[in-house]
Amino acid sequence: MDNTLLTSYLLIVPLFGALFLIFFPKKSDTAVKYFGLLISLVTFLVSLNLYLEFDQTSSEFQLVDKFMWIENLNISYFVGVDGISMLLVLLTTFLTPLTLFSTWGSIKHKVKEFTFFMLILEVGMLGVFVSLDLFLFYIFWEAMLIPMYFIIGIWGGKRRIYASVKFFIYTMAGSLLMLVAIIWLAVYASEPLGVFTTNLLELYKVGPTVPQTIQNYMFLAFALSFAIKVPLFPLHTWLPDAHVEAPTAGSVILAGVLLKMGTYGLLRFCLPLFPQASINFAPLFSILAVVGIIYGALVAMVQTDMKKLVAYSSVSHLGFVVLGIFALTTESMQGAVIQMVNHGLSTGALFLLVGFIYERTHTREIADYGGIAKIVPVYSAALLIASLSSIGLPGLNGFVGEFLILLGSFKSQVLNSWVYTIFAASGVIFAAVYMLWMYQRVVFGEVKHDRLHSLKDMTASEIAIIIPIFIFIVWIGVYPSTFLGLTESASEAIVKQVLSFSTNVIK
Amino acid sequence: MTQLIYLTVLLPLIGFLINGLLGSKIKNEKIIGAIGSGVIGLSFLIALFSLFELLALPEDKRQVIVNLFTWLKTGGLDVSIAYQVDQLSITMALIVTGVGFLIHIYSIGYMHGDKGFWRFFAYLNLFIFAMMNLVLADNFVLLFLGWEGVGLCSYLLIGFWYDRKFEKSTTSDAAKKAFVVNRIGDFGFLLGMFLIFMTFGSLNFTEVFARASGLNVPTYVFNFIALFLFIGATGKSAQIPLFVWLPDAMAGPTPVSALIHAATMVTAGVYMVARCSIIFASAPAIMTLIAVVGLLTAFFAATIGLVQNDIKKVLAYSTVSQLGYMFLALGVGAFGAGIFHVMTHAFFKALLFLGAGSVIHGMHEEQNIQKYGGLKKYMPTTYKTFLVASIAIAGIPPFAGFFSKDEILWYSYANGGLIFWLIGVATALMTAFYMFRLLTLTFDGTPRFDTHHKHPHESPAVMTIPLIALAVLSIVGGFIGIPEVFSGSHGNLFHGWLAPIFKKAEIKLAHYGSHSHTTELVLMTISVIGAASAIWFARKIYLKNPQFAVNTAKKFKGLYKVLFNKYYVDEVYDFTVVKPILKGSESLLWKFTDVKIIDGTVNGLASIVEKTASYIRKIQTGVTQFYAVIMTLGIAVALFWIILSL
Repeated sequence: MDNTLLTSYLLIVPLFGALFLIFFPKKSDTAVKYFGLLISLVTFLVSLNLYLEFDQTSSEFQLVDKFMWIENLNISYFVGVDGISMLLVLLTTFLTPLTLFSTWGSIKHKVKEFTFFMLILEVGMLGVFVSLDLFLFYIFWEAMLIPMYFIIGIWGGKRRIYASVKFFIYTMAGSLLMLVAIIWLAVYASEPLGVFTTNLLELYKVGPTVPQTIQNYMFLAFALSFAIKVPLFPLHTWLPDAHVEAPTAGSVILAGVLLKMGTYGLLRFCLPLFPQASINFAPLFSILAVVGIIYGALVAMVQTDMKKLVAYSSVSHLGFVVLGIFALTTESMQGAVIQMVNHGLSTGALFLLVGFIYERTHTREIADYGGIAKIVPVYSAALLIASLSSIGLPGLNGFVGEFLILLGSFKSQVLNSWVYTIFAASGVIFAAVYMLWMYQRVVFGEVKHDRLHSLKDMTASEIAIIIPIFIFIVWIGVYPSTFLGLTESASEAIVKQVLSFSTNVIK
Repeated sequence: MTQLIYLTVLLPLIGFLINGLLGSKIKNEKIIGAIGSGVIGLSFLIALFSLFELLALPEDKRQVIVNLFTWLKTGGLDVSIAYQVDQLSITMALIVTGVGFLIHIYSIGYMHGDKGFWRFFAYLNLFIFAMMNLVLADNFVLLFLGWEGVGLCSYLLIGFWYDRKFEKSTTSDAAKKAFVVNRIGDFGFLLGMFLIFMTFGSLNFTEVFARASGLNVPTYVFNFIALFLFIGATGKSAQIPLFVWLPDAMAGPTPVSALIHAATMVTAGVYMVARCSIIFASAPAIMTLIAVVGLLTAFFAATIGLVQNDIKKVLAYSTVSQLGYMFLALGVGAFGAGIFHVMTHAFFKALLFLGAGSVIHGMHEEQNIQKYGGLKKYMPTTYKTFLVASIAIAGIPPFAGFFSKDEILWYSYANGGLIFWLIGVATALMTAFYMFRLLTLTFDGTPRFDTHHKHPHESPAVMTIPLIALAVLSIVGGFIGIPEVFSGSHGNLFHGWLAPIFKKAEIKLAHYGSHSHTTELVLMTISVIGAASAIWFARKIYLKNPQFAVNTAKKFKGLYKVLFNKYYVDEVYDFTVVKPILKGSESLLWKFTDVKIIDGTVNGLASIVEKTASYIRKIQTGVTQFYAVIMTLGIAVALFWIILSL
């Protein structure tokens, strides 16, 4: 493993961009906007370069960069990517410039601070995906909370303080247990390894040797933190509040990337570190996932606020991802990974679209709309595509993920029952109900409110923001090989790692 | 040409993209219509040439797979965008593009002047694209893409006039209902696919069907697979218990009803079951279920059709009923007969709908047949073609419907039994009756509308030419399936053509040939005489003595009400499923569980921390003496504890 700076550039560019931003004079909002967008675009280019350098055939971590950081504790700065983190890095660097651009019209005060926090947030998110040292990972994991806290707390809606504090404490509570488990594991490992280390690759070797009972506790300590982030039922109630109060850009990043940290954590840490425990808890987590799928969908169905509806639909969609992870088949794992991206794209698009219309009317109540198809045809078409993607229509992205997850969970030996899939698949029906019902009430029918007549259709820049997302929605739907190929060997490796320790568990 | 079969899929997609993206700029109806119809016409020609090529091949070589690119490949799954040309798929492709092309042409006239003209053609093309994927797919997943795709187009087209009212609600309610009910079926189809993949390790037709007839798989697995797939079929093809969306689908423009909700999409379930014949043939219990469901659907839908007054509603229930026939055929193992009826039904039912569209067009959007009457002198072409279609559906020889329907009845007797045949014939009689009730009330007698204000007119040539074409097909279309009884040594051509597809399934079922031709002829004669009498009866009542119908309705008021309200199935579903889920989700799940219990716990924990903290805070008084007292007490307790433990 030769050291390379390629991965580190991902963190360096936005970090230095953000720091540089501090020196911008006040009232240079336009310059700040362009600069922020430029930095995020450069980061995107860096990630593209990383993608080109990446070897898809290998399941190893690649393009690593490592140097000693805290010598006394033997903690390194250690970053690198495998197929799964590569894909999520691309998702992050792809969504960040789009969201930044989308705020040009809507964020009017403290533009500099906002851009600063967005870039710092990007550093945190990318850091989480590329860290190969648990300590480093933990720092990024926690650091990410701070910019998000401010983004919701400063630029949010009426109950923004309540929502941001709730978001912060909720996720923080879970993280603390994870910190305990990290230290516990590192201390435990220092005996067989002969040295205290938080190096993930080293710990991968030790984790499976931890005795059952202790492994179960460690697994739960990690998993709780991730489950809150996902959010897995019944730990989801911070999400609707955070989404409703967050500004559009916050919601997009929150749904698009932040939630993926939870599922990413599950498959990167919980599964390979504690394989036996993962298999023990697979039924429990799958049940919670399936409950989340149906519960999220049913609650989404009766929402009156568009943003809240999309927020609850996230609970449902992420339930699919968790089910895919714990079904522990290559198909379902692949489905889970691609579904993380899909959810980022479709929910991102939905939040953007809700945001666009909110800026015009300042209401998100479904009842305040109706019959806008005639007035804003382009918007209506865009909303339809995003909804269909979310519903999982074959030919668009959502189908690929859901199909693979359900297919894999059906034949899963770990779950060993059709029941999970049968209930999960019913989510497909409810998804159609809540999305189409919302779509119908907003777009179809007669125009109910006179002020809607003056509604303006999407502007050129709004179209420019949504089109790139749509391109990927279709791309993944029609030719998912680009993405499935990238993650195939990494997904397979994780499943193999877990199942190799499970011969005595599965009977 | 066979190698170019993907063009039959691609061309409609191109049409959709052109009209969908640029249609609002093009504006010119002629150009939009030409593009929309042109791509379908081309697709039809390619399919036709492929048919000729296939015919030129020896029988065992008539299967060509055109592989475009890998679609879903991960783990053990490997599915491609690949199209399979064989006897069954090319037959379906010809029906879809052929009838589809005629309906596109017709739509140029029907939709003339509509603001959404371009949108209509874009959706229609998208539909053909999805439908062609459905019938040409070489694997289950691609079939499912088409399956859901046609559902989407159906959704878009039912709700095409999205600002209009429809019955008690709106067109978009009808559209949503169609999509959601279809999704319930799709849920079954998905599970079927998963079980197939688990059992056979593949989702490609060739592999699955080879393994299904080769591997030793327990019957209960086949039963489950077949059941799941059949649930999918009941959704798409409007069978009991999921038929409720189809009558509401009439909210869409009439050409849509003809194309999607009569000729093509709704037959997708029949096609799918026929395609998987080997699986179904290995699941005897489900075969019986299919036959029974088909028969009941055919019967009950026909009873509803007897009393409806909306011209499209009658035809809608008639479609549900005819689809029931097709499933009856499948259920008794007569797969070829089922597909044959798909074809003839596509001709005469599309014709009936287009004719109804022509009437509605000429009558300025009036759909109530009680307010028609005597239209035959105003629209002679529509009348003549409608008459042809009515005779065809009634099963009078030698029109197309006779051959396919009679074949189904024969097999239901031979493989099912007398009860099946009796109910089947009863349904046929009702069909003949309600069709001629409709025909007579619409075209014969004297006008029951205000002739001073309404001036019915014949539709333009662009609409009547497709009618004539379909009328010709409704007359001669059955000749390719003349039963053995008449054709002798040639055998049934259509059967012979499809035989290789169903060979394995028929070997498995193995219940043929024990009945004599004499029985067949006797039964045939009975059903034809029955149908003819039903026609005579309908004409006698509605021409000479309309009061008789009114009196009968009054006499059996209860029954009439039940039939008129479609057995209250919608109301029952609403009360037992829709309302509880909605109300339960709102008050129980959201406002109680989510807000009170789950979030209440979270906020409760937070406030406990806050409360406790606010009490503990009071200790921090800032008074030094207080701290000193506490400290002294502490030392005392510590000392006491040490002394005790010594």
